[in-house]
Amino acid sequence: MKARIVVTLKTGVLDPQGKAIEAALKSLGIDDVSGVRQGKVFDLDIASDDRAQAEATLKAACEKLLANTVVENYTIEIA
Amino acid sequence: MRAAVVVFPGSNRDGDVARALTRSGADVVKVWHAETELPAGTDLAVVPGGFSYGDYLRCGAIAGRAAAMDAVRAHAARGGLVLGICNGFQILCESGLLPGVLMRNVQRRFICHRQFLRVERTDTRFASAYREGQVIDVCVAHGEGNYFADADTLARLEGENRVAFRYCDASGTLTEDANRNGSLNSIAGIYSESGNVLGMMPHPENFVDDLVGGTDGRGLFDSLAA
Repeated sequence: MKARIVVTLKTGVLDPQGKAIEAALKSLGIDDVSGVRQGKVFDLDIASDDRAQAEATLKAACEKLLANTVVENYTIEIA
Repeated sequence: MRAAVVVFPGSNRDGDVARALTRSGADVVKVWHAETELPAGTDLAVVPGGFSYGDYLRCGAIAGRAAAMDAVRAHAARGGLVLGICNGFQILCESGLLPGVLMRNVQRRFICHRQFLRVERTDTRFASAYREGQVIDVCVAHGEGNYFADADTLARLEGENRVAFRYCDASGTLTEDANRNGSLNSIAGIYSESGNVLGMMPHPENFVDDLVGGTDGRGLFDSLAA
């Protein structure tokens, strides 16, 4: 199975990179954007046919390494 | 005092901290990150500065899960002393030994400059050679030193008097200018709940010799080795 994990900053956590990107977009004349937040995407293959088991494995991967849950949220999509 | 300095791929201040500890009278050994135990008789485990694993994923994230960090966690659980400096502080936060996280500096730039710190506590194994409220002159060198914790954690740190050092000006005043990375409450270093773990972003190990223009970092290593 293929899976995608998206890690984003929690609401209220300052994102200096997101702010810089937003300023860069505006400098390119793309003015209608606001609230830019930068995150991370992990695409991976998982050796399992059991969707629930795969989800549990990916949740463990997020909790143990891929996300720092002090400041980040994550979502898991299994294709 | 027997100290073990844990070395990761990308550590680069391990030599500096080993030298500072030796200068204060400690016996120092280096421990490779893949080791599963610290040498017998280790009093102090040190997680040095640098760019472990190239700062991939998040600063300190991969090193924080290394085998040697299990040994450091066990050492801390037994009441052993642990010191993390710069990347070492990031690693201690990522490994769960200290609360909070070090985020990208608020102004988005790597900062590398002399930095005044106010010593908030002296009743610890790490800072007994300083005077309370003393202003020390060391340096910082980091891109991700912006200390962040949720409101409850921050209130607990302050309530339990667990802030070790704060960024300040030459007179000891906490100003926005002195807190260039944007850390909450100007926090430069914190203690664990039981006070045996210290994490800090600035580099006391680089200011132990007159040759480089300052010796205010000595107090920390003298305290530990005393």
